[in-house]
Amino acid sequence: MAECHPVGFQWVMEAKARGATVIHVDPRFTRTSAMADLHVPLRAGSDIAFLGGLIRHVLENEKYFREYVLAYTNAATIVSEEFRDTEDLDGVFSGLDPRRRAYDFSSWRYEDAEVSAPSGLQEMRPEERDRVRGAARGEKHGSGGAEVSAGPMRIRTDETLRHPRCVFQILRRHFARYTPETVERICGIPQETFAKVCELITENSGRERTTAFVYSVGWTQHTVGVQYIRTAAILQTLLGNIGRPGGGILALRGHASIQGSTDIPTLFNLLPGYLPMPHADRGRDLEEYLRAETVRKGHWGNMRSYLVSLLKAWWGEAANADNDFCFDHLPRLTGDHGTYRTVLAQLDGVCKGYFLLGENPAVGSANARLQRLGMAKLDWLVVRDFSLIESATWWKDGPEIETGELRTEDIGTEVFFLPAAAHTEKSGSFTNTQRLLQWHRQAVEPAGDARSDLWFAFELGRRIRAKLADPAYRERHGLDDVEMDRPVLELTWDYPTEGRHGEPDAEAVLAEINGRDAAGRPLSSYLELRPDGSTSCGCWIYCGVYADGVNQADRRRPGSEQDWVAAEWGWAWPMNRRILYNRASADPAGRPWSERKAYLRWDESRRRWVGPDVPDFDPATPPDHEPPPDATGPEALSGTDAFIMQADGKAWLYAPSGLVDGPLPAHYEPQESPFANPLYGQRRNPVRSLPPPGREHFQPSDGERGAQVFPYVATTYRLTEHHTAGGMSRWLPRLSELQPEFFCEVSPELARERGLEHLGWATVITARSAIEARVLVTERMKPLRVQGRWLHQIGLPYHWGPNGLTTGDAANELAHIALDPNVHIQEVKALACDIRPGRRPRGRALRELVEEYRRRAGIDEQTGRQM
Amino acid sequence: MSDPAADTGYADPPPRMGFFTDTSVCIGCKACEVACKEWNAIPEDGMELTGMSYDNTAGLGASTWRHVAFVERRGPVPAGPGGEGGEPSPQGAATPGREEGELRWLMASDVCKHCTHAACLDVCPTGALFRTEFGTVVVQEDVCNGCGYCIPACPYGVIDQRRGDGRAWKCTLCYDRISTGLEPACAKACPTESIQYGPVEELRERAASRLAALQEAGVRQARLYGADPDDGVGGAGAFFLLLDEPEVYGLPPDPVVTTRDLPSMWRHAAVAAAGLLGAAVLACLTGRRR
Amino acid sequence: MSPRRRREAGGERPTVPAAEFASYYGRPVLKPPVWRSLDIAGYFFLGGLAGASSALAAGASWTGRPVLARNAQVAAVGAVGLSTAALVHDLGRPARFGNMLRVAKPTSPMSVGSWLLAAYGPLAGAAALSTLTGRLPRLGRAAGTAAAVLGPAVAAYTAVLIADTAVPAWHEAHRELPFLFAGSAAAAAGGLGLLTVPPAESGPARLLSLAGAATELTAATLIRRRLGLVARPYRAGRGGRLLRAAEGLTLAATAAAAAAPRRRLPSALAGVALLTGSALTRFGVFHAGVDSARDPVYTVRPQRERLRARRRAERPASAPGG
Ligand SMILES: Nc1nc2c(c(=O)[nH]1)N[C@H]1C(S)=C(S)[C@@H](COP(=O)(O)OP(=O)(O)OC[C@H]3O[C@@H](n4cnc5c(=O)[nH]c(N)nc54)[C@H](O)[C@@H]3O)O[C@H]1N2
Ligand SMILES: Nc1nc2c(c(=O)[nH]1)N[C@H]1C(S)=C(S)[C@@H](COP(=O)(O)OP(=O)(O)OC[C@H]3O[C@@H](n4cnc5c(=O)[nH]c(N)nc54)[C@H](O)[C@@H]3O)O[C@H]1N2
Ligand code: SF4
Ligand code: SF4
Ligand code: SF4
Ligand code: SF4
Ligand code: SF4
Ligand SMILES: [Mo]
Repeated sequence: MAECHPVGFQWVMEAKARGATVIHVDPRFTRTSAMADLHVPLRAGSDIAFLGGLIRHVLENEKYFREYVLAYTNAATIVSEEFRDTEDLDGVFSGLDPRRRAYDFSSWRYEDAEVSAPSGLQEMRPEERDRVRGAARGEKHGSGGAEVSAGPMRIRTDETLRHPRCVFQILRRHFARYTPETVERICGIPQETFAKVCELITENSGRERTTAFVYSVGWTQHTVGVQYIRTAAILQTLLGNIGRPGGGILALRGHASIQGSTDIPTLFNLLPGYLPMPHADRGRDLEEYLRAETVRKGHWGNMRSYLVSLLKAWWGEAANADNDFCFDHLPRLTGDHGTYRTVLAQLDGVCKGYFLLGENPAVGSANARLQRLGMAKLDWLVVRDFSLIESATWWKDGPEIETGELRTEDIGTEVFFLPAAAHTEKSGSFTNTQRLLQWHRQAVEPAGDARSDLWFAFELGRRIRAKLADPAYRERHGLDDVEMDRPVLELTWDYPTEGRHGEPDAEAVLAEINGRDAAGRPLSSYLELRPDGSTSCGCWIYCGVYADGVNQADRRRPGSEQDWVAAEWGWAWPMNRRILYNRASADPAGRPWSERKAYLRWDESRRRWVGPDVPDFDPATPPDHEPPPDATGPEALSGTDAFIMQADGKAWLYAPSGLVDGPLPAHYEPQESPFANPLYGQRRNPVRSLPPPGREHFQPSDGERGAQVFPYVATTYRLTEHHTAGGMSRWLPRLSELQPEFFCEVSPELARERGLEHLGWATVITARSAIEARVLVTERMKPLRVQGRWLHQIGLPYHWGPNGLTTGDAANELAHIALDPNVHIQEVKALACDIRPGRRPRGRALRELVEEYRRRAGIDEQTGRQM
Repeated sequence: MSDPAADTGYADPPPRMGFFTDTSVCIGCKACEVACKEWNAIPEDGMELTGMSYDNTAGLGASTWRHVAFVERRGPVPAGPGGEGGEPSPQGAATPGREEGELRWLMASDVCKHCTHAACLDVCPTGALFRTEFGTVVVQEDVCNGCGYCIPACPYGVIDQRRGDGRAWKCTLCYDRISTGLEPACAKACPTESIQYGPVEELRERAASRLAALQEAGVRQARLYGADPDDGVGGAGAFFLLLDEPEVYGLPPDPVVTTRDLPSMWRHAAVAAAGLLGAAVLACLTGRRR
Repeated sequence: MSPRRRREAGGERPTVPAAEFASYYGRPVLKPPVWRSLDIAGYFFLGGLAGASSALAAGASWTGRPVLARNAQVAAVGAVGLSTAALVHDLGRPARFGNMLRVAKPTSPMSVGSWLLAAYGPLAGAAALSTLTGRLPRLGRAAGTAAAVLGPAVAAYTAVLIADTAVPAWHEAHRELPFLFAGSAAAAAGGLGLLTVPPAESGPARLLSLAGAATELTAATLIRRRLGLVARPYRAGRGGRLLRAAEGLTLAATAAAAAAPRRRLPSALAGVALLTGSALTRFGVFHAGVDSARDPVYTVRPQRERLRARRRAERPASAPGG
């Protein structure tokens, strides 16, 4: 965190100054470790075992927060008899279809709950189901849970937590084998260290104290990334650390507004506010879509209001009840359209045009070579960036030109480079990790031809619409189907512009996102959204950011002038709420769990919830409220249903649906690992997402022939001094001089073993490619004792590429594209590899070296693809 | 305690301003380095991978007025969480063949000390270096003739000559910013308040209480550096809390302003010169008799 | 990599037992002088030669040695001219040489030196001009006398100039360096006399050079004896080599000058050797200083010891805390 979120880390330092203990779990000793009270080095890719061990410790030693668990989690819920755990099936859950490499989730459900897994997958034909599943359905409802279609009264529970099929007992059995010895064997964490962590965390959780978890991509970039977070969620929920001040699981995010770009998404499978994108094979009309997607209880119950208001924001007058509010105008998914699938589609010649707006996949995406080869098959490519990044110049000076795999003359791709304006040159909002929107104002006009992305999108739309609306143009180009163009022609596309370059007014966009009532007045909360088309709202969770016609994100009242929650700095979605699920900060009767950790409390005299934050639920709902049996939506929540977005109002220790790779996390080895899975016969995540054979080579893992060719584990990461694929740092002397060269970090032990010299060169090799890096020998890299042998890990910052002021090989040449099946993220945090002294070969010889390694390891099309 | 601005002749100067750099909270983000370069428009200073941990700046210089040192060091175990200092920590768990003790990664942001008795200023023949009303030491770039004298005079190795430009450069304590009430750029950018800017008097108190707090918490290696007004430079205007010996960070353990001995030097030189004159005259007189 | 725990640097005969000391990757604590040795050591040598020559010239003219007086006067002018050129050449901004006289700062030996030079140079010039042209003899004499008074200061102040730095080998030798420089200047001026003046008149030159050489050698010995660890750069490395060569030449020259006082050739050779020796002394001192600034051991170790001694002295007296 000190490395990648140094500004946020000031609060960790402040907490530390106030007595907090900081534990850092990371394979490497980083700047964060330097500040931590305890650094726990572990093998990259083994955190589920580590966290699982903590869960076991909490369960076995009765360290969980029992009242909290009983009141606010699904610990007592009874799970279907059909469910079989990994413990019974040697590492897989019930419902696995080995042929399709996918789970049928029906057996994971709660007992007596209606059989209905997320998005009604069961109702579909199998091939249809695969396509829908491919579209990353697990990601929908990103801000909430998936669905449980039973009425609240019908969920069976056992408040004694003794029923063998209650979640609590399942959890206990599931994690029983994650003993300290197992943790040591898998993660390389000595038992003594592990015991210390157990002690520190449990002692700091409960009524009086809370522990917070902070993670970022060290946990997500794995073929089991989502389950890493699930494991942390289970632990934190058991300890009562969710919804309370000083608790939580904080996802530190990436680019300045990456949170914003999932809220109002750049993701292919979501509409704004985590509404699922309709799929071509189902949900053909609005009713069908809503039937499939809407959850009965909780705030997702009002999905119709959110969606209809969105459609009204987009298509305005054209959207009305008679035409399903233009629901048909929405594009439809036909499968996975994620970034890696798109690259494969380029290679297949299916995807012909590509916009890169603020992305540098030729360096930043896994298997960078494949990215470039894909782009070389395009008809056209548009790159909008500050400088001539590698993704814009690969066709003339990319690595494949050097190896002879590509020749500039043969590449048919027409490449357009358009200069982009930087955040200082435009106004807009950043949404940070706390869901906080903060407005920034333009400081200078963009130089030269540079324009904001808003301008670009607006102008592109304007010009396309002008053309489509021009009968002569249509005539000339034989566009005779007007129907097809309606979605574009009927869009509300009328933002006021300002300044020298005719920049659209960003506040006008914010106002549209916020939404308006029938009279055009700004709405102040999503509770005001209506299903009948009388309201419009570009993103329901952002509703209120422009309440009273005021840009609430632009509030800058200093923290010193307000209470500690500082609700008047920026604006947090939803409804300016700073801690989600804050009902859980009080006990079921509405009293804070402890005065020390008081947040919200029920004030009986005023019949209201009071406290420094916006309550996460109707502030007038008393703690003892019981909803009428037939209630739906938010009204169906009881006074103790703290987890208001969940269909049963509970935090899910066990996830009956919503994840495609299991209701509970289990330790699986990374796609490529020098180690076997000591827990189960099932080595890797059985449903991990792999590209079709022929595009990608994988390595054998431990136990398989040839695995010893790649005996080390490499992990990739960031340096404070650089940013991601380098477009924002390698061109700046101020930053480049601070880390002027690509390097790899190795321990003195590995250096000795492989003859690597400090500041000399090393070549790192995987089945994809070989790269060279200067060597930094440092004791910060520590060999770990894993499964009885010493493991050396290699650190590779991934910022470098061939262009800019500081140049070097891209670590992503080494990475493969085996993905997490829920969110399609690449596994770049744990790669098996080899390292040797000296520079890599040039030209053709480079590919020959890789070929040689493949031969030695016996790699073919099928290697590493076993389920 | 002497007030350098008043000593210089400023009537009724504002309080002496300076830095307290608390390296115990420095996270090595180098924001200070970048902010300084950005604000002062300092050119690039070499793109060499030094192999000195994450420090590729290497040291203060004409084009680096803030420098963050990175020290990887094994040493005695500092106080663990909740424990007494010196208790073996799991973190230090031995790897065969490695020295015992916990690995520490110390980071410290160095800067011109704005000495109470500043050798650089004393020796500058042109008056390019001057004492500001805030008690800080600043080079006037339009006066400096690049004689280079200040460079070996500085006991901390701070000020240096910029190649190609010929003049001497160093931290100005953001004279332009503080003159208008702004905080220096480096302090402004520091996320952890490792760099604290303020009246030196106040900072000294803050430093003392921070030191006490750390020592109470068992961080016995903590010490102040440059905060003592009785030290060899009369106390630094920019002083530090360190977690190890100064030389580990590249700082001199007991710097002394060289001009402290200047009277003695002049005396010796006077005798030597007189001797020379005397010898010449005597030689002629003696020679005549021959 | 942990900061290199360095063994003692350089030095084939360590006076202090080798021990480990911590430093920041072995990097210098100080900034070594950026001066070019040819310019600055050359300036020291020429300044010394000029200053001592002026003194010798005055003495010679008072005692009726016109050739010696004239030659020494010319040498002084030439040397001071060249030395000023070297000084200006070494400035990062030569065009701003004038700024040297912008202020007069007693705390800055360079400022003092600039004013000295500013006064001395024209005087030495006037003296020489008057002698050569035979014009305004009274004024010329007065100028020569004044130059003789200022000359030794010009010769000695440069020692203060380098001693008044943080460079360990220079600063620690601040007591001896003025004598070393004055002695060396005397030897050089004497040497020039021996070289350019017929034996009939070169008596004072010989005497001066002998006195200078003796002073120089004594001061150098004292430096090496008194400076402890910091003396090493005067013994070893480039500085040490240059100083040894200088001493060898000076010794040989004094022997020659003393042995054959009336013969022209040995005297001339002795003169050359003295001049060279004097120049080498300045280069030696210059490099010893630079070396001592480059190696952190010379900064850290003596300061550590000083601290330790002070702490030892303080401990019984002062109460804990602080
Ligand atoms: N300076 C800087 N800041 C940035 C960025 C940048 O490029 N530069 N990028 C931004 C972006 S886009 C993002 S997404 C965030 C990412 O922020 P982080 O997630 O903090 O970034 P990384 O350095 O990629 O990974 C974090 C750590 O994960 C460790 N790690 C690797 N494998 C494992 C593992 O299996 N388990 C555990 N526990 N740790 C592991 C690595 O050693 C590394 O130290 O940072 C943002 N901030
Ligand atoms: N091996 C490995 N690979 C990784 C990761 C890893 O940890 N290891 N991390 C992954 C993660 S978390 C991320 S986020 C990606 C990042 O990978 P990319 O997003 O591909 O890389 P960036 O360099 O961040 O690219 C952003 C580009 O946007 C440009 N830009 C900045 N602002 C604007 C703007 O306002 N408009 C436009 N049009 N352009 C702009 C920048 O100049 C820059 O070139 O890398 C991923 N890849
Ligand atoms: S770059 Fe921006 S977002 Fe990242 S830490 Fe710095 S201030 Fe925060
Ligand atoms: S630290 Fe050096 S440069 Fe800074 S004021 Fe002191 S003597 Fe001058
Ligand atoms: S280099 Fe410039 S600042 Fe330094 S002493 Fe010379 S004139 Fe003064
Ligand atoms: S005070 Fe100003 S000049 Fe000095 S280091 Fe900080 S930013 Fe640079
Ligand atoms: S900005 Fe602050 S925390 Fe960052 S390196 Fe500088 S002093 Fe350390
Ligand atoms: Mo990211």
